[in-house]
Amino acid sequence: MVAASAVASLVASAQGWETLQKDGVHDPRGPAVKELQEPGDALSKLTKDSAGNMVRWVQALEKGEINPRASIRPDTKIRIYESDVLLNLKGGMPIVRFPHRQHTLWLDCVNCHDHLFKAETGATQFSMLKILEGEQCGVCHGAVSFPLTECFRCHSVARPGQAVRPSLPIAIPAGAVPPK
Amino acid sequence: MRRAAGFSLGLMLFLALIGTPPPVAAEYADVVLNRRAEKEGVRPVVFPHWFHRIRFRCKVCHAELGFKMRVGSNDFKMADIVEGRFCGACHNGDIAWAPDRCDLCHSGKRGLPTGIVGGHETGGPGRW
Repeated sequence: MVAASAVASLVASAQGWETLQKDGVHDPRGPAVKELQEPGDALSKLTKDSAGNMVRWVQALEKGEINPRASIRPDTKIRIYESDVLLNLKGGMPIVRFPHRQHTLWLDCVNCHDHLFKAETGATQFSMLKILEGEQCGVCHGAVSFPLTECFRCHSVARPGQAVRPSLPIAIPAGAVPPK
Repeated sequence: MRRAAGFSLGLMLFLALIGTPPPVAAEYADVVLNRRAEKEGVRPVVFPHWFHRIRFRCKVCHAELGFKMRVGSNDFKMADIVEGRFCGACHNGDIAWAPDRCDLCHSGKRGLPTGIVGGHETGGPGRW
């Protein structure tokens, strides 16, 4: 019996997500670990990622694998904004294409504007150092959204003549707005 | 039973040999709240982001309910929750379990400091 449960927990961790019992956060002797949903039960059904907590959250949402509520109050206006913004036009890395749509599926405008980023295009000075320190994009990326090891998911638009990585789209998408 | 144990041992040996991938930090961005909990005699609170984002978009808590995205910047007490603010907007026995289910939220290991736990690679919201 003990051996069987040891195997079960080995298999569970081989599949990816640590159990609540062993995550080092929950009290393994408390009543909650027997009642709460196990991360593996929920997350193993969602589109897999290769980084972070191994879930492609935007894809899971777009494919309808999850349908999280967008509001709990009847009078809340749900705002989705479609425009893309191109950033890092003068740097050495590929250009960053920031898609508002995927971000506003999850977030409201006020979550970023204007305390993290000014709404006016080009008005914010971005810094990878600040991002790595958990400011700007780093408030979420690396904590609840894909981590900063995934450079080319943001730096996704190759410059003319730049070696194109297989994962990079070559053309600048229609509707993208370069900063002034 | 012996056969089952032998099989289990074999499987464990096999997994050890091929190298079991390290388990992912499921607690990725779990928030531990322990500014007051243990002083008041209950376990620290564990807030799992992964569980909540399956059910609610970020904007529900971070725009409608006013949770700031920085650990330690949301200073609320059980009285707020009971009166329907913060967690209490949903944890009211209607949308989610009511605040009388103490142990389901106050589920952390004793001695954990307030902060974000998990595989985050930036200072991120855990810096406070």
